[in-house]
Amino acid sequence: MAEMKEISPNAPAGAKLLNWMDNRFPLSKLYNEHLGEYYAPKNFNFFYIFGSLALLVLVIQIVTGIFLVMHYKPDAALAFGSVEYIMRDVPWGWLIRYMHSTGASAFFIVVYLHMFRGLIYGSYRKPRELIWLFGCGIFLCLMAEAFMGYLLPWGQMSYWGAQVIVNLFAAVPFVGPDLALLIRGDYVVGDATLNRFFSFHVIAVPLVLLGLVAAHIIALHEVGSNNPDGVEIKATKGADGHPLDGIPFHPYYTVHDIFAVSMFLMVFTAIIFFAPEFGGYFLEYNNFIPADPLKTPLHIAPVWYFTPYYSMLRAITSEMVLVLIACVVGAAAVSVTKIKMPAIFKMVIVGAAAAVTAMMLSIDAKFWGVVIMGGAVVILFFLPWLDNCAVKSIRYRPSWHKYLYAIFVVNFIVLAYLGVQPPSPIGERVSQVGTLFYFGFFLLMPWWSEMGETKTVPQRVTYAAH
Amino acid sequence: MKKIVLSLIAALGLVVGAHANTGGIAWDKAPNNLNDMASLQSGAKTFVNYCLNCHAAAYMRFNRLKDIGLTDQQIKDNLLFTTEKVGETMKVAMDPRQAKEWFGGNPPDLTVIARSRSGSQGTGADYLYTYLRTFYVDEAKATGWNNLAFPNVGMPHVLWELQGKRAPVYGTEVVHGHETEVFKGWQQITPGKLTPLQFDQAMGDLVGYLQWMSEPAQGKRVQVGVWVLLFLLVMTVFTWRLNASYWKDVK
Repeated sequence: MAEMKEISPNAPAGAKLLNWMDNRFPLSKLYNEHLGEYYAPKNFNFFYIFGSLALLVLVIQIVTGIFLVMHYKPDAALAFGSVEYIMRDVPWGWLIRYMHSTGASAFFIVVYLHMFRGLIYGSYRKPRELIWLFGCGIFLCLMAEAFMGYLLPWGQMSYWGAQVIVNLFAAVPFVGPDLALLIRGDYVVGDATLNRFFSFHVIAVPLVLLGLVAAHIIALHEVGSNNPDGVEIKATKGADGHPLDGIPFHPYYTVHDIFAVSMFLMVFTAIIFFAPEFGGYFLEYNNFIPADPLKTPLHIAPVWYFTPYYSMLRAITSEMVLVLIACVVGAAAVSVTKIKMPAIFKMVIVGAAAAVTAMMLSIDAKFWGVVIMGGAVVILFFLPWLDNCAVKSIRYRPSWHKYLYAIFVVNFIVLAYLGVQPPSPIGERVSQVGTLFYFGFFLLMPWWSEMGETKTVPQRVTYAAH
Repeated sequence: MKKIVLSLIAALGLVVGAHANTGGIAWDKAPNNLNDMASLQSGAKTFVNYCLNCHAAAYMRFNRLKDIGLTDQQIKDNLLFTTEKVGETMKVAMDPRQAKEWFGGNPPDLTVIARSRSGSQGTGADYLYTYLRTFYVDEAKATGWNNLAFPNVGMPHVLWELQGKRAPVYGTEVVHGHETEVFKGWQQITPGKLTPLQFDQAMGDLVGYLQWMSEPAQGKRVQVGVWVLLFLLVMTVFTWRLNASYWKDVK
């Protein structure tokens, strides 16, 4: 047991109380480790505000969610009406609801930018692999949270979006139909589905999400933040044992983040008060029609933040499966002929390629669409081990890497755009090319990231006082 | 790589150009009557007299009409037909099964109709404004009516007494090298109680009311929003200077 620390009897009451606390709970220790003496690099740029903003949006979602649950009814016959009741009869209910619906989209905007930051500055690299993995877990939870939450207003898009996505699970060989049944709790999306999605949305997933967020932050504060230069600030410490390029999170980054928060809130509230539907992207127009299991909407589109993945799903036609087979066979051929390894490994590779090809030919394209859509998220988990570049940050990578990352971003946006649009032959082709590029970017990264001339990384971070 | 980029850019342009049309004629722009109390009240009256016989507005309470300048007594005296209490929602007396028999479907609830009908062609109000003004006589239909904005609509022209009977006039025009039938205008068969101008105005009022009813808090929303943004603007100045005063020590 730790020793009890004594404090002078003449100390002020506040200090006495703190001492009493510290002898029983690591209050000062936690404060120092996470705020007061957490040294963060001083050269953070614009992209570094999105972590704090994500935390803010999480809090907004939880608090507004608590108040929504007080009036919402998870019942297929009452759900739509209870949302309108919140919008009309609950005092300030419309504000709480718009905060929650806009918060959902804001969460994804902020998280996508946060992930982009990690991607370009190599924040996932050693020793921050676990931070990245927890972060990917958070992203997955967020997608589950958004998907299940979207069913709750029980509008046409809620209903048919859920129907389409749950039906995808039915494409899994052998267990598919039973799996879809297990998720729905019924043969069609119905009251049972609404109830279980509600339960997951308000209890199960948020619990996991909070746990992962805690793990994400604890891991970050253990190894320390990366920065736009990708320089380890802990490598250069001053006489006091603190990094020379580091500054205490509090007060420097707290005031910095408060400034960022006030700017973020201006955009956020402008949307809430002046354009809560955001042109049909944040609240889809069709979702103001109550769910009708007998009337399928002409065009079912997921909410904007899922559309890049939805595009990839739609891109996998039976034609596209042939292209995927060509990729598998090509990859196997190259690795067998170009890479030196024992014959047994070559046999395994050829065997695996043959097995995958056989599966691709025998199982419906829809299933491979699901695999690709899931794979597009899962592949992010492997990023720390795919990147072989000698340097972390985009600043010191070969110049053409910048263009590659730019194309990656444009490609992602194009896929998102196509996912909103009704299917078209040209859109299908583009999304197929886009899907190949997306996966090529990650799967070929071990090779392309090594190519080219890297620039010299400085010893200390680059920073100009402002 | 260049090819991929070029094809992506080229395809993006094509896709943007090929935006799907959902059927029906182009929508007219609805007048904005949201701040005109007299217009909203007139719309409410038309709504209660004509629409509420078959359509419900089951999430809308009668006493919410106080927001558009009516008193409880006025609502009770002029607008309550199906219920006694002003706190009730605008339900409908029609049996859904009979409705299905008569119109081939249950008339949709109109509480949020104006929000749900928005699309790439315009706002929900634009659609409703066009829809309500483009009914025409069509003997081929069971109800004897058809609509330009909603072809093969199940609803008869409830407001025909006001508008009179009309038929669309078509002419031929060459579009993209093909001779196509295009809508040219209207032919009045029998006159209505209202002149075309008065009818358009009445429909503008009705659509304004529907738009208001779809989100009664919208006016307040914008008002509050202005104050919130002004507050945040001031706060941002302070947080900006606070941040700067701390960071001037960081060298």
